[in-house]
This record gives sequence, structure tokens and C-alpha cells, in this order.
Amino acid sequence: MDFLIPEDLKDLKNMVRTFVRKELMPLEEEVERSGKIPEEALQKMRELGFFGLTIPTEYGGSGIGTFGYCLAAEELGWAHSAFKTICGVNNGIGSKPIVLDGTEEQKRKYLPKIASGEYITAFALSEPGAGSDAANISTQAVRKGDRYIINGRKHFITNGPLADLVTVLAVTDKEKRAHGGITAFLVEKGTPGFSVGQIHKTMGSRGVYHSELIFDNCEVPAENVIGKEGMGFITAMKTLDDGRLTLAASCVGTAERLLEMSTEYAKRRVTFGKPIAERQAIQWMLADSATEIYAAKMMVYATAIRYDKGERIPAEVAMTKLYATEMVNRVADRAVQIHGGMGWIQELPVERIYRDVRVTRLYEGTSEIQRIIIARNILGYKGGLEG
Amino acid sequence: MNIIVCIKQVPDTTTKVRVGKDGKHIDPGGVKFIVNTYDDFAVEEAIRLKERFGGEVTVISMGPERVKEALRMCLAMGADKAIQLWDPAFEDSDPYTTALILSKAIQQLPYDIIFCGKQAIDRDTMSVPVYLAELLGLPQATLVVKLEVDPNARKFIAYRDIEGAKEVIEGLLPAVISTQWKLNEPRYPTLPNIMKAKKKELKELNAAALGLDSAQVGEKGSRVKVLSMELPPPRSKGKILKGDPREVCRELVRLLREEAKVI
Repeated sequence: MDFLIPEDLKDLKNMVRTFVRKELMPLEEEVERSGKIPEEALQKMRELGFFGLTIPTEYGGSGIGTFGYCLAAEELGWAHSAFKTICGVNNGIGSKPIVLDGTEEQKRKYLPKIASGEYITAFALSEPGAGSDAANISTQAVRKGDRYIINGRKHFITNGPLADLVTVLAVTDKEKRAHGGITAFLVEKGTPGFSVGQIHKTMGSRGVYHSELIFDNCEVPAENVIGKEGMGFITAMKTLDDGRLTLAASCVGTAERLLEMSTEYAKRRVTFGKPIAERQAIQWMLADSATEIYAAKMMVYATAIRYDKGERIPAEVAMTKLYATEMVNRVADRAVQIHGGMGWIQELPVERIYRDVRVTRLYEGTSEIQRIIIARNILGYKGGLEG
Repeated sequence: MNIIVCIKQVPDTTTKVRVGKDGKHIDPGGVKFIVNTYDDFAVEEAIRLKERFGGEVTVISMGPERVKEALRMCLAMGADKAIQLWDPAFEDSDPYTTALILSKAIQQLPYDIIFCGKQAIDRDTMSVPVYLAELLGLPQATLVVKLEVDPNARKFIAYRDIEGAKEVIEGLLPAVISTQWKLNEPRYPTLPNIMKAKKKELKELNAAALGLDSAQVGEKGSRVKVLSMELPPPRSKGKILKGDPREVCRELVRLLREEAKVI
């Protein structure tokens, strides 16, 4: 499938591959043990431009499209999930709202810092009472002269405790809600009234922090509105579309690694006089995983290439996200099965990856939400999910 | 300074190499190619000199279409220009002929210093830099672990690790320097630079452009011919001796003497 990839992106994919294997994969145990990405590794990633791949070149990034980022995400998917997450947020939901709908001033002020990794970012949409039903958020922003006062509580926010800059979605018109009543704001760390709430303990994804964010009479200037008042919901939906593809791409990489580990283990492990790789039961598992990985990869490549051409294909994006995330969970399950007890103890990375991939079926829209998007497209239903 | 770096594209160290059908070449199918590991030090040193003294770095490689990928990697690291030397007649060139082809390209360029990796990790002959210096009539320092360059005095001082000691060589520029792994720590190309590398100049030169005729190059011009190539024999299974320690020891000594022939 190399024929689909232009030369410069092939070089980029190769470099990320080399870097992931030489610099990031050896740190996995440390990340898992300490719950932290070593600063030295973060610094290398900053210097090499990992945080600004998708940010336009005039603002200090590499300006690659969604397909290019998918190729990088595929390679990053091989390493501990903390790495793909920390740079994935800056390249995706952390910068996209500004790239897509921000003012020129916001772009100049923030994008170079996001691209260089000086700023870690977050995107705050989910709340205890609103996740997939995003239009249902209750965080409010009230205009007071040339400022807005934000009140509310967000949760499950990736990078929450670390973020220097957060995009916050808040209701500015209760009647209109999704149709012009939700606004996106940029809130910097240290803004009075903005604080980090509880840090969530999670099943997997060590090294990445998810937390509550609390806004208690948090005042931001009107110039921190992304785009215009009332545009926030549209900005959020566009931002999420893109993230689904890159998440799918990283699942392909993770699944490829699981298959490689499973294959090697199956050849090595001997039971009843021969390697388990020679047993049909194991062969079928390997064959199924390989087939599903191939299918997911083709979906990612084809959809990302179309997306970059400007096609609006939310159903195909949803199909790709749905298939790739469900696929990596099946591949992880088979990997544990093939490894037997070795897949359950923490000596090999299989056990960790099995836990880490579970969340992919939840975030960026659950599998069920993807199915709703796909079904509504088939049935010809228009409008938002709540319509 | 005008700095030239000669590089080779080689199979990745993690690639499982297979011998091709003709028994003389490796089978390139499924092989991932990389820039020769020792050449990374050469490129890095060249870029550091440029960053310090100004000038231009030109990377040269002899090889088929695929070497463009290796050249682009060097451009992404910070080289300014690249030249690919290829002609069907170059196929099966030995180290001498390779050096001859490289020397013809270098003679068309201004140069103050020429870098090569000390050896290529595929054939390990370590001879191209040496031939190259001879063909160009230049001083040379091989296996250099530290280098000082004075462009105004047109001099270099090269440090080499030799058996139990360090050797220091002073010489005049231009010169050929072959790089050993301790010399520096090669940088990764940054991701934005990878995307920009495609816009840099990458020129192709064939035999005619280098003023070479086909009798001088490839297998015809070579001093060394590959007659056959085979993989090392697979390691035989280890032996486990069991029983009374005294007996086991006696048997072990006998095997070491008679079978392994190491004592």
C-alpha cells in the first residue's frame, strides 16, 4: 500500500518509525511505572516537531494534512499510548479549534507555542451530564461588557492537570444551544476562577492525565472567543471529525505491534512437542488479526485521503473509527489468548496494551455514537444527533 | 566551506537478509533500506562544520532509484544539495570502481573537505574512502573519533583510536575523512525539515555526465568480483551433558578438545 503514500510522507513515516523504536519504546516500562513521560523524551519530541505536525507552516508547524498525520499516528501507535496522546492532543483537539475557526490574532498568539510543545493543550467539552450528547452541556458563559464569566464543571478532560491552554465549550444562549447557543473559549492556565478538580484514576493510559476542570466565575476577555459567539458547537463537531481518523490510524499501529508480538511468541512457544504457531487454532487467530488490520488500514488511508481532498464524509469517518477501534480490541484479546498466562502477567507489554486499547471504543465518540452517525446517513436523516 | 559527504544506502540492520536466485546478490524483495550507520556520523560532522563556518554540504551516493530516499534523509538532516550517481553500467561495481565513480563527481565540484563513513555495514570492506583519497590525490584520515578543522589555515587535526593509544594526525585540506562512531551524535531530521527536503536540489548524473565509459565501471572495471554468496550455516544445537559431575567434566574436556577443537 506504499503506492498510496507520497515520497515526503513516506520519509516522515520512516523517521517517526525509527524514533518510536529507538527512543520511545525503550521508555515504556518507565512511563508505566512512574506514570510520567520522562522530560528528556518530551524535549526530544518538541525539538523534532512532534507537537506541530498538523499546524500550518506559517505558525511554526509542518503543515501536513490529516493523511500525513494518520501515518505518523500509525507509527506512534506502536509505542506506549501516553506518547500518542500527549502529541495527539496538540495536533488535534488542542489546536484544531484555533486552526479551523480562530482569529488571526489567536493563531499568531497560540499556534507557535502549541506547535513547539511549549504549551500543552486540552479540549473541554464533556461534563458529568453531557458527553456523547454534547449539546446538553450546562457550563455557562455570560457576557459582561468586553468579558465573559464562565461557570461550570468539565470532566474526563485529557491533559486536564497539565494543560497551559484549554478550549472550553459553554452555553451562551440556552434557547439556541447547538444551533448558535454554544461558544468556544480559550482559557489559559492561571486564569482566576479556573482550577483543576479531581484527577481520574483510569483502567489504562498511564502517563496521561484526565481530570475535572472547574470554572468558578472565571473571567476571560471577549477576544478569547474562538470565531464568533454561538459558533462553538460547529467548531467542536469539525474538530472531532478529524480526531476520529487519527485515532483509527493509531489503532492500526497498535494492532500491528500486537500481531508482531503474537506471531513471534507463537513461533517460540512449544507445547506438546511443537510450536503453537503450527496449531490451526493459533493460525486462525493470527490470520483473522492480520485480515482485520489490513481492512482497517485501507479504511484509514482511503478515508483520510478523501478527507484531505475536502470531501465531507462523516459517515465514512465514523465507520473507520468504529471498525479500527473495535478491531484493535479484538486483536488485543487474541494477543492475550495466544500468549496465555504470559499475556496476563505484567512482564510483557501485552497486558498493558489490552487495558490501554479499551478506551478507544469510548472516546472521540463511543462505538454506539458512530453507529448512529452511520445509520442516520444510510437512512437519510439530517441534522444533529438529538434531532 | 564546501563540504562533500559520500553515503551508501544499505539494508536495515534488523532486516532478515536472503540470498537472491543468482547466488551473488542479496534478494532486495521486502528489504528496508537505510542510510549506512557510519555515514550518519559523516553527515552530522559535515552539518556541524557548516553551522560553524558557513558554506554548503553536498551529499553524494552511487546507486539505483531507491538511494534517493537515503539522500532525502540527509537533506532533511541539513545537507543543502544531493547528487545521485547511477547508470545501468554501474551495476556490480567493486569498492575501487565505486570510488572512481565518486571521484569523477567530486572533481566537478568545489570542495574543502570530504567525509565518508568508515565502512558500510553491508559489505564491510572499509576501502572506498581510502581509494577515494588516492584517486583524488588527497591526504586522508580514517576511523576518526574527533576532528578539528581550521579553514583559514586550511588544516585539520584528526584523532584516531588505535590499539591501546590515541593517534593524532595533522594534515592539509582538502582531505578525505572517514568517520568512526564516537565522533558525534547524529541528529534526527526534524519533521518540518523532512517536509522541506523535497524542495532541495537532487541531481542525477550518469556515466556519460561523469566522463566514464562502461569498460571502466561496473563489473568490467572492477578488481574484485563476487563469485558466490551464501548465508552462514545455522547454529547447531547445543549439547547438554548429564550425570556424575566427574564424568561430565571428563566428557566436556574431551568434546572441547576433539569436537570444538578449542583447547
